[in-house]
Amino acid sequence: MGSEFASYDILIVGGGLAGLRAAIAAVEANPKIKVGMVSKVYPMRSHTVSAEGGAAAALRPGDSYENHAFDTIKGSDYLADQDVVEAFVREAPVEVIQMEHWGCPWSREPDGKISARPFGGMTTWRTCFAADKTGFHMLHTVFQTSLKYPQIVRHDEAFVTKLLVEDSRCVGVVALDIRTGRFDAITAKAVILATGGLGRVYAFTTNGNICTGDGMAVAYRAGAGLKDMEMVQFHPTGLPFTGILITEAVRGEGGYLLNNKGERFLKKYVPNKMELGPRDIISRAMITEFEEGHGFEGPHGKYLHLDVRHLGEDVIDRKLPFMRELGREFVGIDIVKDPIPVRPVQHYMMGGVDVDITGASQIEGLYAAGECANVGLNGANRLGSNSLSECLVFGAAAGRAAAHRVAELQPVGSNPIDSLLRDEAKRIEATYLNKKGGKERMGVIREEMQREMDANAGVFRNRDGLTKLVKDLAVLRERFETIKIDDTSRTFNTDLISALELDYMLEVAGTIAASALAREESRGAHARRDFPNRNDEKFLQHTVAFRTDGPAPRLDYRDVRITTFQPQARTY
Amino acid sequence: MAEKTITIQATRFDPDKDARPHLQSYEIPFIDESMVVLDALNYIKTHVDGSLSYRWSCRMGICGSCGMMINGQSKLSCSAFLRDYWPKPILVEPLNNFPIIRDLVIDMEDFMHKLKSIKPWIIRKTEIPLGSGEHRQTNAQIDDFRQFSECINCMLCYSACPVYGLNNEFRGPAAIALARRYNHDSRDEGTKERLPVIADAEGVWECSFVGECSVVCPKGVDPAKAIQQSKLDTSLRFVVPFGNRE
Repeated sequence: MGSEFASYDILIVGGGLAGLRAAIAAVEANPKIKVGMVSKVYPMRSHTVSAEGGAAAALRPGDSYENHAFDTIKGSDYLADQDVVEAFVREAPVEVIQMEHWGCPWSREPDGKISARPFGGMTTWRTCFAADKTGFHMLHTVFQTSLKYPQIVRHDEAFVTKLLVEDSRCVGVVALDIRTGRFDAITAKAVILATGGLGRVYAFTTNGNICTGDGMAVAYRAGAGLKDMEMVQFHPTGLPFTGILITEAVRGEGGYLLNNKGERFLKKYVPNKMELGPRDIISRAMITEFEEGHGFEGPHGKYLHLDVRHLGEDVIDRKLPFMRELGREFVGIDIVKDPIPVRPVQHYMMGGVDVDITGASQIEGLYAAGECANVGLNGANRLGSNSLSECLVFGAAAGRAAAHRVAELQPVGSNPIDSLLRDEAKRIEATYLNKKGGKERMGVIREEMQREMDANAGVFRNRDGLTKLVKDLAVLRERFETIKIDDTSRTFNTDLISALELDYMLEVAGTIAASALAREESRGAHARRDFPNRNDEKFLQHTVAFRTDGPAPRLDYRDVRITTFQPQARTY
Repeated sequence: MAEKTITIQATRFDPDKDARPHLQSYEIPFIDESMVVLDALNYIKTHVDGSLSYRWSCRMGICGSCGMMINGQSKLSCSAFLRDYWPKPILVEPLNNFPIIRDLVIDMEDFMHKLKSIKPWIIRKTEIPLGSGEHRQTNAQIDDFRQFSECINCMLCYSACPVYGLNNEFRGPAAIALARRYNHDSRDEGTKERLPVIADAEGVWECSFVGECSVVCPKGVDPAKAIQQSKLDTSLRFVVPFGNRE
């Protein structure tokens, strides 16, 4: 193994919206900077592509930064860091305009300006959209725009197996080139993680196959903290069986949620907001309706109706064409004529790598942005359409911060990198490819983990379930050590990739369980049946999980930063 | 009653071991009418044979990863329902017209270069500052390019294109549709830079207008139309006097 390896000023892991935005921001901040991008899929396959409803920005006359900030903070159940929210709401409109200049096909008002629609928990129309494929259009726009910068060099279909940390400084990654099976060290003065979410730790999720918590897991193993991992968002409207997302924009455009008596049952739960309540509360309302016998029974479990028939074909075709397509393709219904079966589904991770407002983690040279990060924006419950804007605002912030920081840092020496690379390649070969013995089927362990997470870390939680989950995950971890993978080829070995992903998922699932067990209150998406109330005295704090040598993480707590809005009762 | 099953015949090819691709047959439970070909492949991978290799992610027809030949037709495997084939076996092969990396995984690097070659970004003589807000765009102006912006880069059109099958220098349907997407965007002024790329020997003139690209597109994009209209654009370019070319 030689000492030739790719080396950059900044290496970005992940090619979704946050990663691509970071890459462009870095080279625009300093055109002399060389940026590498490692992604386990071609960037346009990244899960940003599945975002539908829109991107929030206070652009319209009559809206204000203050209103967007307050909606976000109230939506977060006061667990958001308010200085972060205030910076975010100011930058979001600039970023939406930047996307427009790059060609994003935003839907337009008759006067030619960018359209906005109502969204859950937002008090005014501020969700900018490109029909109901906003994430798809934003991702392709920013990816195609990134192609014009020769300073951005991509390593597509390469999987990061660990961060290289030397003298407490992150200096790059080890990546497995999926196509050839070769292990590469890729060094950089700074690394930005933008690897997205972890929805695949659950069985029923809107998330694509690639959302396996990779960036969170490698950062955690390198010593970074994972913040607020108990805060997992369940979206109210997923299609039964597939978990395909039916956008909140359906309700934004006026759709009704109905129980089996034909009632708009949300009048019992969020009477002033109805279908435009926040996701955490609506998901709980739906589960409660199921428990009270007001759900429909289907071949794939209970469900409720999401009804847009009264909107008419014109509105549906103009504003929700993808929903009509999804209904036709995957359910065999025409949403113009039929109600849509829906039930709550895992959708988003508020928790993530603990970073400051610039995206910097506590490890020198390591940054994170987008869903894999927790910058403090979303607290205990993210408002729909804040996440696309978050990827832009904090992706750009991390790119700029890293660009400034690397100007002050020395290049990475090559000497210890060789041995780190050799050790990592040996570890993976011994653990997976050349393993002697081994008996457990990997996919079986994955499915058991997903079932356990659905059952015990879902919309409602309690001590017994979470205690059981902590134990069961520890047992699954032991069983994982005895897996046997079928595929020992070097070429495009997706069996190996799945094993590495499951390793990561077990890691992050453990932090979800431990953090959720320790938070003995209900706040935002974390609803404890045994502690049904919010407890500001004890838990107006972020949970930060650190890895230990034992099975359980060490949990630290840090005060939430409150600037303007004192916590109040959260009613809608 | 015995459990309902379905047979999947999948292409297997590992360049480390195999001289050429061959088929392998798997009989799997067909337990739910909602199952798609991708679910069947995932069942095989999880429970039967973890070495079967293919790409997938969103399983909702938008990420563009899971294109395959299914009974000889170019399809997204997440949107091909088992019930439409049962009780007959389903033949699952890698997309036509591409080199095979492994099993159902094709090499699409060629497209990535072609995508870049058409300069798929907004080109302007002068940038307007961010502070001056958005460009105004009417819905009619958006309709001029919207359908071409719906391309998910799934490669089904390339796999169905007989011209690309014979000559992979041909720029191909998706790339030309995307060039048109930018050329017809009212915010863009880069047509002059893109036309030479789509008008060259490997550009639009190679197309023999079979139209299969538009038939197989899962997103309703009509690349055949983009190519025919671009032929008109490129020929006008040679008719219009030099000074007026844009």
